[in-house]
Amino acid sequence: MITAIAPPRENYLTHEYGIKSWLLTQDHKRIALLYLGAISFFFFLGGIFATIIRLELLTPPGDLVSSQTYNKLFSLHGIIMIFLFMIPSIPATLGNFLVPMMIGCKDLAFPKINLLSWYIFMAGGALILYAMLRGGVDTGWTFYVPFSTSYANTYVILTAVGIFIAGFSSILTGLNFIVTIHRMRAPGLTWFRLPLFIWSMYATSVIQVLGTPVIAVTLLLVAVERGFHIGIFDPALGGDPVLFQHLFWFYSHPAVYIMVLPGMGVISELVSVYSRKRVFGYKFVAFSSVAIAVLGFLVWGHHMFVSSQSVYASLIFSFLSFMVAVPSAIKVFNWTATLYKGSISYDTPMLYAFGFIGLFTIGGLTGTFLATLGFDVHVTDTYFVVAHFHYIMVGGTMMAYLGGLHYWWPKITGRMYHEGWAKLSALVVFLGFNLTFFPQFIMGYLGMPRRYHAYPPEFQVYHVLSTAGASVLAVGYLIPAIYFIWAMRYGQPAPDNPWGATGLEWQTSSPPPPENFEITPVVTQEAYDYSILEEMTVG
Amino acid sequence: MADAEAIAVQSVWRGGEHPYSIGSKKLGMWLFIISDALTFSALLMAYTYVRLSTPDWPKPFIFNPSIIFSTIMTVCLLSSSLTMVMAVHSMNHGNRGATVKWILATMVFGLGFVGLHLTEWLKLIYTEHVTIFSNEWGVPLFGGTFFALTGLHMTHVIIGVIYLGIIAFAVGRGKFKYEDVEVSGLYWHFVDLVWMFIFPLVYLMSARI
Repeated sequence: MITAIAPPRENYLTHEYGIKSWLLTQDHKRIALLYLGAISFFFFLGGIFATIIRLELLTPPGDLVSSQTYNKLFSLHGIIMIFLFMIPSIPATLGNFLVPMMIGCKDLAFPKINLLSWYIFMAGGALILYAMLRGGVDTGWTFYVPFSTSYANTYVILTAVGIFIAGFSSILTGLNFIVTIHRMRAPGLTWFRLPLFIWSMYATSVIQVLGTPVIAVTLLLVAVERGFHIGIFDPALGGDPVLFQHLFWFYSHPAVYIMVLPGMGVISELVSVYSRKRVFGYKFVAFSSVAIAVLGFLVWGHHMFVSSQSVYASLIFSFLSFMVAVPSAIKVFNWTATLYKGSISYDTPMLYAFGFIGLFTIGGLTGTFLATLGFDVHVTDTYFVVAHFHYIMVGGTMMAYLGGLHYWWPKITGRMYHEGWAKLSALVVFLGFNLTFFPQFIMGYLGMPRRYHAYPPEFQVYHVLSTAGASVLAVGYLIPAIYFIWAMRYGQPAPDNPWGATGLEWQTSSPPPPENFEITPVVTQEAYDYSILEEMTVG
Repeated sequence: MADAEAIAVQSVWRGGEHPYSIGSKKLGMWLFIISDALTFSALLMAYTYVRLSTPDWPKPFIFNPSIIFSTIMTVCLLSSSLTMVMAVHSMNHGNRGATVKWILATMVFGLGFVGLHLTEWLKLIYTEHVTIFSNEWGVPLFGGTFFALTGLHMTHVIIGVIYLGIIAFAVGRGKFKYEDVEVSGLYWHFVDLVWMFIFPLVYLMSARI
């Protein structure tokens, strides 16, 4: 079956061996794999917490774990999933691997800083894990004061300092990407010839550079306030607890776009290649990423509608939150228009892309519900909110991450995964996800509060559905973990361009050589020009 | 066709000719500065917020000597910006000897600022009994915000002095290019600029008139 035609070309996986060649590597591709290993571990850890939460909620009384343990479980689930998985997920793995390859250069602008940011990330992650082993934290991922500063009896300072440290990794990665995208593009690769994934990574990086320092300062203030009680969030000493919410959400709302913009970039790539068409309205999709990055900084107050914010501030924040729906809708409409009259093939990555478009639409539209002042008061702190952001984060970003991982897997490892199993898992993930989170919209609307350990029996049917869905979803995530690992060793050797895609990353071998391209590529046409490719293959 | 491609290679290589054709280090420093500016913005915003929500915020700095003293500090720091401009200018003209002298002058002004600042801190701590927890003028948070803002800035000045020391040492030994000096200048001017926000917000607005 395997026909050895030519001796295998030297690639980035085989040109050096040994643990040292990995831990001291400055190759962006290897660093991407280091991140992939780390965040996969954190994902399954966060998933275990989610599993216990769902098992606990199977029955109305709090009988599986104590209330205190339950608080720690949802806090750690949120902290690990957001800071150690979602934020680095697509940027640090797929972004690290693909940004230099898509723009046709050898590496990022600052390879040493790139390696440093992995170590900083691991140091932050290790500190959070250490806090978890010591007994965890029970403040929720939001660290709201005064609970986190005065009342919580858990390892708040350790966890906050861990996130503080991990934040620097995020800043450095963003800085590295921006400089790389500005300075290192291949000859002829002008801004409007860039793949849309690069545009979305650029917008993400801008948010990382601008927003992350603020969460760093905020969490440091929480740690200092908790350690020394200086009074910054304490009215008795001259401070104000609402200040915390302003500072926290100034970063943490844009952080939502750090998590979802890269996913949108992946979807733009997938929709184009599997429709054999240029993305409809390229410039609109590109600029909508920038628009989301800018508007994202102006809407943090919609998390504070019930936090004694002035009603006029709430009105403005509500209006601006609706504005974010415009660039998001542009993307969804343009992806759909790209499909129109396209030559669509239903490979696994495309199934995930379809999943993303549908689920992100639901997540986005329920976001406009929450931006509506009156409706928001009704569903604040209910499962409606939980369902909304899981539709964006899991239904959106996670789908895009898995889709992207499948799409670029042949390039990354040089092996094909098993298409049948992959299609099955895409289906299982989609069904499991909807069964988990759709009932949460209903029970949230009916009044089930979030973060509750025990609940009235009338909500049980929704919780049972949700837990059943979570079990299906867990299977959906385990299947890819198995066949990906299997494919690394036993998969069919992948051709250089298995999908017939146009991007520069497909013009080199799979896996790529250490320097990415043997000859620096020269770009002479726009991105996603499938008409030329078809002509070449036909005639 | 081949010619056109060669021209394309020359003009568009490394990200086009305008308006972004600045060096990687310089762009990296600009991004760091923007990021760091957000750090200071967050703290200054927090400070402004608690000040606005606290009507009886202390205004302890009397004109003579407190404000005069802090004005001298400001002049000291601003002078260092001027000498830094001269250092960058000299390096641009390839005069490494003059560059080293101007950078050393910048470091002297920077250290002078730190020295004056520490004198002021010690006076506040030991004579006026201001700590991060309390002070004799009322709102306890005053001390915390004062030391946090000025302390973070002073840390930046000290790091800047070390950074300039490395640059001066390397330039003196014939290493580093013009861009490296200019990039260090960017950082130094940024640190000065931050002080121009801290000085009015922390000192002048807390002056007893």
